Amino acid sequence: MELNEILKGKEAFPGIIHETPGGGIVVSTFDSIINWARSNSLWPLSFATSCCGIEMMSTASAKYDFSRFGFEVARASPRQADVIIIAGTIVNKMAPVLKRLYDQMADPKYVIAMGACAISGGPFFYNTYSVVKGADHIIPVDVYIPGCPPRPEALLHSLISLQEKIKMGMTREQIRGDFKTV
Amino acid sequence: MIQETEIIKDTTHLGDEGEMVINMGPQHPATHGVLHLVVTLNGETIKKIEPHLGYIHRSIEKMCESLTYRQFIYVTSRMDYLSSHINNLGCALLIEKGMQIEVPERAKYVRVILSELTRIASHELWLGAMAMDLGAFTPFFYAFREREMITDIMEDTCGARLTMNYIVPGGLMYDIHPDFQKKVKAFIAQFKSKVTEYEDLVTNNIIFQSRTKGVGILSAEDAISYGCTGPVARASGVSCDIRKLFPYEVYDKVEFDEVIETAGDSFARYIVRVKEMNQSIRIIEQLIDNIPEGEFVGKTKNVLKLPKGEFYTRVETARGEFGVYIVSEGGTTPHRIKFRSPGFSNLSALNHMAAGSKIGDLMATMGTLDLVIPDIDR
Amino acid sequence: MTNEAIKEFITAILPTASFDETGEWLNIQIESTQLLTLAKALREGETNMNYLFCLTCVDWKTHLTMVYHFSSIQHRNSIVVKANLDRNQPSIETLSFIWRTAEFHEREVFEMFGVQFENHPDLRKLILEDEFKGFPLRKDFEDPINMIKL
Repeated sequence: MELNEILKGKEAFPGIIHETPGGGIVVSTFDSIINWARSNSLWPLSFATSCCGIEMMSTASAKYDFSRFGFEVARASPRQADVIIIAGTIVNKMAPVLKRLYDQMADPKYVIAMGACAISGGPFFYNTYSVVKGADHIIPVDVYIPGCPPRPEALLHSLISLQEKIKMGMTREQIRGDFKTV
Repeated sequence: MIQETEIIKDTTHLGDEGEMVINMGPQHPATHGVLHLVVTLNGETIKKIEPHLGYIHRSIEKMCESLTYRQFIYVTSRMDYLSSHINNLGCALLIEKGMQIEVPERAKYVRVILSELTRIASHELWLGAMAMDLGAFTPFFYAFREREMITDIMEDTCGARLTMNYIVPGGLMYDIHPDFQKKVKAFIAQFKSKVTEYEDLVTNNIIFQSRTKGVGILSAEDAISYGCTGPVARASGVSCDIRKLFPYEVYDKVEFDEVIETAGDSFARYIVRVKEMNQSIRIIEQLIDNIPEGEFVGKTKNVLKLPKGEFYTRVETARGEFGVYIVSEGGTTPHRIKFRSPGFSNLSALNHMAAGSKIGDLMATMGTLDLVIPDIDR
Repeated sequence: MTNEAIKEFITAILPTASFDETGEWLNIQIESTQLLTLAKALREGETNMNYLFCLTCVDWKTHLTMVYHFSSIQHRNSIVVKANLDRNQPSIETLSFIWRTAEFHEREVFEMFGVQFENHPDLRKLILEDEFKGFPLRKDFEDPINMIKL
């Protein structure tokens, strides 16, 4: 079947396509189709605290466009967002705000920690009294991006890794089996 | 029971009958960082604005007391990250003044060119972000197109796009890239051809003009009393450009105008910044062909020790006057560092400017103040 | 205005002020109780010091010192005024009725060093959390939980 030959190895759409005259039939599992749909349209929450936020804005603009991957619609409200990109340092005063935003997001939700400050406190690790040494003290993180600030290509690489992680079914909720509806 | 009524009594001082108290931020698409504004409204008219700061307070002043004089410069890049070269330049100037270090001419010329490029990049981002706050999405992409050209030049020469630690006490860290002059000239040619685009799209737009003219007026006496510097004060008629009043590096050898408007409203602040970009281009044009040959860094010891005493330098960043004040006891680390940030004083004038206007006008006023919150909280 | 003229002007108002010209600008050392009279005279007198551009505090381990940087736009010069405070009960007059910029600066010095400003319209914490204990920028501030020493 010619179409299968073309699609083999590209895996643009999860499933086996059977050619029939007048159309085709696709056979797949619901999990892989839902994961495919979820990963290709993740909506980020605009949450930029400091310098890494500028690199996130650069990634959104025309040179390193991230709307090619479906991330263009940056929502301001956490109820409508899927992924929260923590770009910047988290300090003790901001930590309850971050926790509240994360709790308000609806499942399934993903977290990307961008920059050295969000991974571990970064350049503000020693001798500071107000910096949280890593955003994963507050909320669970899926992808870590090192850099100070990371290049826009690094942010795109991490978004693609998050997409692959979702397509392979390795997100936290799927491992726990939480969103299997009975 | 008694405790509940006490708590309720405590919070009613926030508003009277018919007034509503709302929170803007800290997570908000239009606050340019994490600024929490507690706004007391009567209908849609603002009665009082109170900024709550501290959501990005990284205790920089305490941290710098245990860093050496070569190490603390990298932290100032991250305070006002849109003028990172100019902040580094302020710290380097202070150490050079305190230790009497000679800076070669080549380094001075390149430092000024990089400062002016940073100023243009910061104003470009401000233009895009402010237009986006007012609802126009297109100028954001156009502004980033020019900004990407500048970050490309910075990446070739300095190695980083946003927080480059390239200016060190004594000069520069490495020599400039061989393509530096060619790329800067290409950028100048492109910028000049696109200025008319910005004029047509934003400046002459009737909606933009009616949203910003007459909004957020700040008089000259109030600007001085609130300690405002930079484009905010220059739009109210106060002449306060550090590059003209107390020139440093080679600013006394170049010709440029200090842009002053007298209206004091948001449109005047917008015009001042756009004209400042043109003046920066003029400065770069005068310097780019005449970079002298020679060393790029002066002779310094490896371990820097400022003599005992107090030192203060001021430079003109894209937001206003940035001052560094060091009290030194003669050791390798400072006894006390204070960073006088321009946004701190500019923000204190917000209540005065916006009380009595509507919420839509508040967005226009805050956009033209050009606040970068990590600079305020330090 | 030259340094000599400023020195004469100030000695006429406060005979006990002492001067120090080793640095870049003229440093004036006064008592903390004399601050308000000197500030009013500097603003309204012939020195025209209308810009207060830096207000901070320095912790020497035996006492605190308030440092004020003034500058004049007409005359294009700057001076520095210093006042020593007692470490256990630091208190000084507020300048926020003369220069409105002092409101925010004094709130910051209040929370970082613990200096009480008399007659300040709204003296509360500005940058730190409301429940924060201690004065971080003092030299004897210890926080074993948050501060990781190198």
